[in-house]
Amino acid sequence: MTLALIVMMPLLGAALPALVASRGRDRAAWVAGALTVTALALLGQQASSVLAGNTPRASWAWVPSIGWNVSFMLDGLGLLFAGLILGIGALIVLYARNYLPNSDNLGRFYTYLLLFMGAMVGVVLSDSILLLVVFWELTSISSFLLIGYTTESREGREGARMALAVTGAGGLALLAGALVLGHIAGTYELSEILASRDVVQASPWCGAALVLILLGAFTKSAQFPFHFWLPHAMAAPTPVSAYLHSATMVKAGVFLLARMSPVFAGTDEWFWLVGGAGLATITLAAYWALFKHDLKGLLAYSTISHLGLITLFFGIGTPLAAIGGIFHILNHCAFKAALFMTAGIVDHEAGTRDIRKLGGLRHAMPVTAILATVAAAAMAGVPPLNGFLSKEMLFEEALLVQPAGLPPWLVPAIVVFAALLSVTYSIRFARDTFYGPARESYPGHPHEPPRGLRLPVEVLVVLCVAIGLAPAMLAQPIVAAAATAVTGAPLPEFHLALWHGINTPLLMSVLALLGGAGLYAVRGRLVAAHRAALPAVAAKEIYEAVLARFFAFSAFVTRGLQNGSLQRYLALLIGSALVLGAWPFLQRGWSGAGSLSSAVDIPTTVAWLLLVVTAIGTAVFHRRRLVALALLSTVGLVVTLAFVHFSAPDLALTQISVEVVTIVLILMALHLLPKTTPRETSAARRGRDLLLAGLAGIGVTGITWAVLTRPLETIADYYLATSVPGAGGSNVVNVILVDFRGFDTYGEITVLAIAGLGIYALVDGLGVGHLHPDRSELQDEDQHPLILTIIARLILPFALVVSVFLFLRGHNAPGGGFIAALVTSVALIVQYVAFGVGWTHRRLPRDFHPLIAIGLLIAGLSGIGSWWFGVPFLTSAHGHFHIPLVGDVELATASLFDLGVYFAVIGAVMLTLSNLAKLSMRETLLAKAREHAAQTTQEIDAARDAAADSFDYGEEV
Amino acid sequence: MELLFATAIGVLVAAGVYLLLRARTFPVVLGLALLSYAVNFFIFAMGRLRVGLAPIIREGVTEYPDPIPQALVLTAIVIGFAMTAFVLILALRANFDLGNDHVDGREPEVGE
Amino acid sequence: MSHWIAVPIVLPAFAGVAILLGARTSLRLQRAIGLAATAALVLVAVVLLRQAYDGTVTVYALGAWSAPFGIVLVLDRLSAMMVLMTALVAICSQIYAVTGPDARGANYHALFQFQLMGLCGAFLTGDLFNLFVFFEVLLIASYGLLLHGGGRDRVRAGIHYVVFNLVGSALFLIGVGTIYGVVGTLNMADLAVKAAQVSGPEATLLSSGALILLVVFAIKAALLPLGFWLPLTYGSATAPVAALFAIMTKVGIYATIRVYVLVFGAGAGQAANLAMPWLLPLALLTLILGTLGAVAGRNLRSLAAYLVIASVGTMLTAVALGTVASLSAALYYMGHSTFVLAGIFLLVDLIARQRGEATDQLRRAGAVRQPALLGGLFLAAVVAIAGLPPTSGFVGKLLLLRSALELPSVIWIFGVVLATGFLSLVAVSRAGSMVFWNVELPTAAPDPARAKPLRVVAIVLLLALATAMAVFAGPVVEFTDGAAYSLLHPDDYIEAVLAESNAIPASVEHGGGAP
Repeated sequence: MTLALIVMMPLLGAALPALVASRGRDRAAWVAGALTVTALALLGQQASSVLAGNTPRASWAWVPSIGWNVSFMLDGLGLLFAGLILGIGALIVLYARNYLPNSDNLGRFYTYLLLFMGAMVGVVLSDSILLLVVFWELTSISSFLLIGYTTESREGREGARMALAVTGAGGLALLAGALVLGHIAGTYELSEILASRDVVQASPWCGAALVLILLGAFTKSAQFPFHFWLPHAMAAPTPVSAYLHSATMVKAGVFLLARMSPVFAGTDEWFWLVGGAGLATITLAAYWALFKHDLKGLLAYSTISHLGLITLFFGIGTPLAAIGGIFHILNHCAFKAALFMTAGIVDHEAGTRDIRKLGGLRHAMPVTAILATVAAAAMAGVPPLNGFLSKEMLFEEALLVQPAGLPPWLVPAIVVFAALLSVTYSIRFARDTFYGPARESYPGHPHEPPRGLRLPVEVLVVLCVAIGLAPAMLAQPIVAAAATAVTGAPLPEFHLALWHGINTPLLMSVLALLGGAGLYAVRGRLVAAHRAALPAVAAKEIYEAVLARFFAFSAFVTRGLQNGSLQRYLALLIGSALVLGAWPFLQRGWSGAGSLSSAVDIPTTVAWLLLVVTAIGTAVFHRRRLVALALLSTVGLVVTLAFVHFSAPDLALTQISVEVVTIVLILMALHLLPKTTPRETSAARRGRDLLLAGLAGIGVTGITWAVLTRPLETIADYYLATSVPGAGGSNVVNVILVDFRGFDTYGEITVLAIAGLGIYALVDGLGVGHLHPDRSELQDEDQHPLILTIIARLILPFALVVSVFLFLRGHNAPGGGFIAALVTSVALIVQYVAFGVGWTHRRLPRDFHPLIAIGLLIAGLSGIGSWWFGVPFLTSAHGHFHIPLVGDVELATASLFDLGVYFAVIGAVMLTLSNLAKLSMRETLLAKAREHAAQTTQEIDAARDAAADSFDYGEEV
Repeated sequence: MELLFATAIGVLVAAGVYLLLRARTFPVVLGLALLSYAVNFFIFAMGRLRVGLAPIIREGVTEYPDPIPQALVLTAIVIGFAMTAFVLILALRANFDLGNDHVDGREPEVGE
Repeated sequence: MSHWIAVPIVLPAFAGVAILLGARTSLRLQRAIGLAATAALVLVAVVLLRQAYDGTVTVYALGAWSAPFGIVLVLDRLSAMMVLMTALVAICSQIYAVTGPDARGANYHALFQFQLMGLCGAFLTGDLFNLFVFFEVLLIASYGLLLHGGGRDRVRAGIHYVVFNLVGSALFLIGVGTIYGVVGTLNMADLAVKAAQVSGPEATLLSSGALILLVVFAIKAALLPLGFWLPLTYGSATAPVAALFAIMTKVGIYATIRVYVLVFGAGAGQAANLAMPWLLPLALLTLILGTLGAVAGRNLRSLAAYLVIASVGTMLTAVALGTVASLSAALYYMGHSTFVLAGIFLLVDLIARQRGEATDQLRRAGAVRQPALLGGLFLAAVVAIAGLPPTSGFVGKLLLLRSALELPSVIWIFGVVLATGFLSLVAVSRAGSMVFWNVELPTAAPDPARAKPLRVVAIVLLLALATAMAVFAGPVVEFTDGAAYSLLHPDDYIEAVLAESNAIPASVEHGGGAP
């Protein structure tokens, strides 16, 4: 429980500073500090038992089905790291309070800081490797926010994004590695994984797991070649750098190495990968550090180099090396944090971090100068400071490494060289900043910093000295505990001490110190040589270039595929359908010996010819739109005939009535559209389309042919058998529509209704709502043929009677609500045709919405009605009724449903028509307006544009 | 007979698809109409072709066509009608708002 | 008997009618009815989920005609989950809509209810042709909603969306027709049984028809190369509509699972596992191209739209792997991506409203009025959609990767999923720093209005739902595991549906159903 608290304290508390910040930055600071210290206290309370060798655990199931727990453990390693994170965290809280400008109320800063702190503690305390990954990525995110904290600076934003990209990518690799490792070990609990070294190393997946996990570690710890993000993360405010890039985030990588070494350490892959990365990083980074003029830049590269040092330690993999690594982690935290803070102080007081503009600051800030010198000396490994001790241990280990195939002196030589370089840049840091003659002017007015800025540095420097003098007392216990966790086995006897007598490591140190000093003396020429020899290392430029290329590439691909041409998308659609539809045939071939049933007769052949000709004609003459429409309607007629011929009277009735309405609609629409289609597609395009069309035709023909010539036993007999006794209707098709599959029809009329609504909305959006048919200018001057008007007048009542008749007999003979509705609609349409839009419009209800609604309501109610009898939706009942003229009909409650259909359909059709009418009126208006007053045109065009406004942000309703 | 029917559907599909791939809304609407004829025919055919019958129960009549495809086609016709109407009005609206009847809503730059 | 199953379809239908009859004049009344109905729908969905939670399959024979002769509604874990997701997204979208966007055109709330009717119908029906009908219901409603508010962009997008889907509908009918022509039935369970017995040329025909259906579902799901309609459509829809559309692609995925796991799944004899060989490569391609699109996005809306495509790729990859674990991952990811993406579409609208001229374009511009609020929400949302911990997106991706470990395609899955995850991380971090960090100093431009509280509520709700999925990942995954298992072992489903089919209901008592 305590463990969880230690992690959650900063995480859950993160929001607090932001909340209280409005009431003064000090509050935010106090809250953040309090949370950190409490967590630290909780940790301390556990310390004794951990040092005694226990490992407190706490676990809750999260996703049991995959064995994913929220489980924490606190072993020596965890204790050391958590201690560093929270301890230095507390100092940073104090430092930041005094460092960041007063204009900034710090709420946001402390919130991010706590988030990050919690995530880091989570990483080091997780017992579930999946949970570790979770916290790992959280550190990436929160560090992204911290690095980009000063959002105004471009460097800040880019540095943050680069850091996120690199470490985030590493995190993904780590996730993969964790999954693989868990898969091998059969558990995600680290404590169990670490115990199953043999199983893991036996598995063929082992290599993959190792590489993936190392990717995570190296990116986080900025190991070569993933080092480049760290220097640019220096755009962060100094407190952030001091925290993330000395004590915590970058240490997460080496923590992971330490965590994993019980499983992997000792294998050759481990040695070469980890050790190799370490060696490369140490040397290169140390070398680059020589040429940095920005204090923080210098420190950044030195950090990379020292992380390489630690990596090398773990790569060697012997117990003593592990001890050395742990010890150096501790020491590096101490002096590097101190140095970063000093750099911050210099920046804060002297106004610049550029070494070339600095020097002689010791006169202005003597105390700081001393602190800086000591810390730098520790970094250089000068006895009796802590840095010296851990470096001695590294030399000792380096001497023992005898990698096969390499000369035995190589590793020690490289290590000494790196140490030598680090001496040089340490001197440079201290001397070029604080010593030498004071300049007459600095960008700022250097003076000793306020108490709060210096206190953290003092604490850390004291630590450096103390550990150096009394390592056995101060460091030994924790180092031992942590190292045990790393080796996963009891440690050999060891004791940290300042003096081991005169031995090779000591000589190596001396060599490094003298050499470093010498190198510093001649650095002028060295810099020149460097400039001449090596091109400037510009990993960032490379990264940026790659990224830019990539963005360009994605844009190219996307715009290439997504070219906004419907024709292309449709071609793709047809093509896909063809491929998938044809696939089974291509795959298995076709062996269906078909059996023809009925023979061909003359009328059918004629009809067929007519259909083919008109269909093709529609396509050929589509540019002349009226012609095409005429041909299309002929097609429809033939289709109707076909339905009659092939035993489908209901279909024929429906088809013909739909046909009429559709054609009228299209005609009215065409009245408002261009009458011809321009010739604009290239021959090649037409060829492609013809090919697609042809293939589609052939494909469908093939399938139809294949199906038609094969026997079929369906569930149809059931309907034929049950229709009369079960549903009280002898017109099986209609019974299916209103009863067996009434739900389809319910949906179908809804579709029709919705179409009506949508159409209304579409037209309404054009701003024709205000157009009333009785506007004088809408009187239709054009004379309508007398005969037509007479017919129309006669048709209306007749049609109504017919539709009633069709409706009533629908259940037993061809007919039914839908057909009846269409007949009615057709009659009404005829009115339009005969008397013109305006006239009809004035005599019809203004709004058909209620009609639609009533239709849907009746249908729905007749459906729910059955609930009242405890039977499912749309269950129908039926009985006999005698109706004069129509005769003896068997009425089912299904007919009630059919009535709903009737109204809904009429409503929808008429709503559509009336809106189309509105549109044409609108055109008439526009036309008249153009003839007459110009300002009317403007008014209407204004209305049109208002209707066709572009995207609607800003203005509110 | 089956062959005639199948080829008829094929022709409808081909003509419809060709029109679908045109650049202006009106031909596309025509294409959709043709396509829905074809589809209705197709579903209808899936119940096999029977001549001179009716799916209406009569005394003594024992042979009936498969009523299900007919019912499905009826539904399909209605839905197809609704869709045609909608896309038609949409085409009009587009022509008003965009000032052209190109399916992409913008006149192609010359040489397309 | 219990009619609960029918309610998610009937309730919105009646709500729509009520709005048309009673409230055409008063927007306020429309809003009240709409909100009430959707809220009720949420409750009903919860009831249904509880009913299906333990895996019981409930069948509701409409018109008392049992399968395969009548149309049945079937409630299993999957459909219950889909209905609940729909209801939740709907209520949030509507909360946002009633703050103004719904007033930009006619019939918004009626169309919205009918849209819900269509969605729930599609998720609940057990009949292939009825599925088509409800596809049409939800499509025609979505046409109306997409065009809501008018404007050139929308009309332009509308033409593409409508025509493309109409062709899709035609293909649907061809597919269903072919299937009926071979096996002579439409009920999915019955199909599953009969498809298993088909062989020889019939099997070839059947497969052909089934694969044509796959094209249709691919359109709905926006699986490439058939997803190109999506960015323009989602990009130009009004925010709450775009948010609701977050569930639309899921219809395609749902149908794919239903048809190619239940009917043409492992047990379908010669037509077994028909779609999977096509699905996996296409899904991975979709994931890749969708992510590239997100990287290339020039404004937040298109970024979000392409993230939708990428999420579709992720889900269908999981579906195509075809194991219980992977299918479960797909279902989990479905919930996650629906909520988060819906939230993102609403959030983008809020952001755009506060950036003046720049709206949602990814360029240097003035700061938003409420950086802390919007920035925080944006961070939460994109972290989730990029699949970073500790969010539902991370859980989903983890489940998917884990399920791939055993399979031969593991390298591909890991490679593509992780790489795209990285790219989307790059994309969203770039967008975020562009919008919230790279800001000009406040200009003299008039201060934009603060976000209306209700709008924030809607977004917070959606993100909270996703967060809940992460926090309670345990029970959720347990549920999806169960759902996935019974999808891959459909015997219970089939039995439940075809239970009484052998016993044809006696016409007498049937006719006498009512006095």
